[in-house]
Amino acid sequence: MYVERRVPGDEVTFVPRHSAPVAVFMIEARNLSKYFDTFCAVESVSLSVAAGEVLALLGPNGAGKTTTVRMLTSILRPTSGSATIAGHDVVRHPDEVRANVGILTEHHGLYLRSSGHEYLDFFAELYGIPADRRQRRVRELLERFGMAEAAPRRIGEYSKGMRQKLALIRAMLHDPPVLLLDEPTSAMDPQSAKLVRDAIADLRMDNRALILCTHNLAEAESLADSIAIIRKGRIIASGDTGALKDQLLGPALMELRFSAPLNGVADSLSDLITIAEQGDTWLHYHAPDPAALAPRLLNRLAQLNAPLLTLSEVPRSLEAVYLKAVEEDER
Amino acid sequence: MTTATLSPSRLSRAWIIARREMRDGLRDWRIIAPILVLTLFFPALMNFTASQAVQFVTDYGAPVIGERLIPFLLMIVGFFPISVSLVIALESFVGEKERFSLEPLLASPLSDIELYVGKMAAATAPPLLAAYLGIVVYLVGLYLTLGWAPPLVLLTQIVILTTVQATVMVSGAVVISTQTTSVRAANLLASFIIIPMALLVQGESLIMFWARYDVLWVIIFGLIMVNLVLIRMGVRLFNREELLGREFDDINLIAGTKACWREFVGAANGSLFRWYQVEVVGALRRLRWPMAMMTLACIVGYGIGYYYASVYTFPKELFNLSEISQGLRDRLEQFGLFSTRGVGLVVFQNVRAVLLAAAFGMFTFGVLAMVILMLPTTLAGYFAGQVALAGYNPVLFLLAFIAPHGILEIPAAILVGAATINLGASLISPPPGKTLGDGWLAALADWLKIFLGLVTPMLVVAAVLEVFVTPSIIVALLS
Repeated sequence: MYVERRVPGDEVTFVPRHSAPVAVFMIEARNLSKYFDTFCAVESVSLSVAAGEVLALLGPNGAGKTTTVRMLTSILRPTSGSATIAGHDVVRHPDEVRANVGILTEHHGLYLRSSGHEYLDFFAELYGIPADRRQRRVRELLERFGMAEAAPRRIGEYSKGMRQKLALIRAMLHDPPVLLLDEPTSAMDPQSAKLVRDAIADLRMDNRALILCTHNLAEAESLADSIAIIRKGRIIASGDTGALKDQLLGPALMELRFSAPLNGVADSLSDLITIAEQGDTWLHYHAPDPAALAPRLLNRLAQLNAPLLTLSEVPRSLEAVYLKAVEEDER
Repeated sequence: MTTATLSPSRLSRAWIIARREMRDGLRDWRIIAPILVLTLFFPALMNFTASQAVQFVTDYGAPVIGERLIPFLLMIVGFFPISVSLVIALESFVGEKERFSLEPLLASPLSDIELYVGKMAAATAPPLLAAYLGIVVYLVGLYLTLGWAPPLVLLTQIVILTTVQATVMVSGAVVISTQTTSVRAANLLASFIIIPMALLVQGESLIMFWARYDVLWVIIFGLIMVNLVLIRMGVRLFNREELLGREFDDINLIAGTKACWREFVGAANGSLFRWYQVEVVGALRRLRWPMAMMTLACIVGYGIGYYYASVYTFPKELFNLSEISQGLRDRLEQFGLFSTRGVGLVVFQNVRAVLLAAAFGMFTFGVLAMVILMLPTTLAGYFAGQVALAGYNPVLFLLAFIAPHGILEIPAAILVGAATINLGASLISPPPGKTLGDGWLAALADWLKIFLGLVTPMLVVAAVLEVFVTPSIIVALLS
């Protein structure tokens, strides 16, 4: 099923033998819907992820994230709409889709009586990785995630974090171009979570397309290029993080901080900026294009001898975006 | 399930699944302990029992009991270890679902058939190997203590019987495992396998003591057929979406009744004529193959009956026509003929027989319905054979005694038999795109259309003919 791919540095990876049709997006869903009898689990979901991109799919429990992921892995058949993975249609070419996807499920679903090594070897064999390469690939991933020492032990003896890492390794075993990861760092200690986040960043650098289903908004913000918020089966907001913030929270709010009280400085800036609020030693302002305005603003402050400490954007958290999107959807 | 042939590469991936499952299973002491006991200790115990029993009955001059006991115990030694396969197979899919380990498997490039075959092999192989080992232990022990070696044919029969029994239990249990949402529910439904198997083993025990070993071939053949049906059923019903998507095993009677009613009424729009034109005719079209099967079964039944007339022949005295014809009408009236009460009785009897056949057919994929409903033509053939052997014209007998009402009764039996075969077959192979439940409800709606729309009116008219016309013809003919 897999053929050897040699890349610079003599590293060997495996790619599906059936080459995928040329695809602009590695993951593309168009108006994907899923009904269970009369219950609508997912309604008209459209999303696209290119190679080297990470999409964070955010939403409360039962929002339709898992159903969407299952449709993208050809486990569930969409009621309507279509989707392709690496150019393969999820309905017409399920085998090719599954060969091109690595999935980390919400529940790890590990075989507790097997050792970590046996478990990975089993899945590597299922994915058709040749016997002589299997050991090397398994060892390489185990070492990368700090699991090499634990590999001979039974999975039943592993901590939650170790099980999570093992499940993630399973998803990456066959070097898939597309990864669908459900809560990849849940139950992990900070060190392990960082390892996984680094791995996700590496995968993005390696031109993989990833969908990250998570409740961890900080993690989504740090890892994802774009966000899709799903609620009651529908995507209620989507786009790159900055655009979403502008769309839902308004234009960026900038902050000037001074080492001494302002003493009328604010009045002298009113022709350049719209001041939103101010304190003794700080002020928040809006501007149509803060980046373009910054040199002129700094020049004016220098002329006024204003004791400027910092000029920065007021942090707008993804949590605020998420809550705002949900609030607007509820209206 | 996506259909695919089992190529060597597919088998190799099924083997990957089977190998892992077997390794996992053999790490579970709850599986290992009974297998070891039933493989080593139990055969040794049976060996001791056989030796003691043979010695005992020989002392009292009844060595035949010992001779029959030894093959019987051979069968039991083979059967006990394979009972473990039921437990493994029952939890093959639903157990993985409960432990959440099914989704990664379903998301792998494994095809449905690879997964299915792998699971079946994993459930069958270890207990079956244990059974073979148990048989070897038992036979070696017997050879050493009593010097007894089984005839080759008997040994072959026992080995094949053990194998097909194991595969029947496994294929049935895997079907249950794919259709339930919890191991608990699967264990409860296992009664549908355990009870028939227990009855079968009791029957086999009688056969072993009766020493009619040739009957074992018939049982083996029957089990192979059941096995093929169950495997076909399992493969057809296997559905990744259903496996992961179904959360509860609830039976929604109201929703089921509504769905059946919708199928039953169809596009009738309140018009009885349109209902017949669209729905009943549509059902007849769908039932053309079962009707062909049922017609063939009736013809075969007639032939069997006719043949057995020469095996079990009536005494000639029974055909003394002058005696039969005396007071015939009075005697027929005593049976309720020539009266409206008789019509009611005949209708009641025929409808009861049809419902009974349908009930049995439902649990046997339509097989028993076919057998029950071919009985009338078998009896007709038997009596026609007797008439022919007595020197009369069987065609005349059929025209006078059977045809007047049989012209409606036999097609009614064929129709309801076909609808029942279809109902049973819907469990083995639901129509494409329909779940097991949806397919069964659609088949039930077709059964009701045929039963209420055609069979019941036909049986009523046939009963009138049977009570008034047929006896008149008989009386006229014999007088």
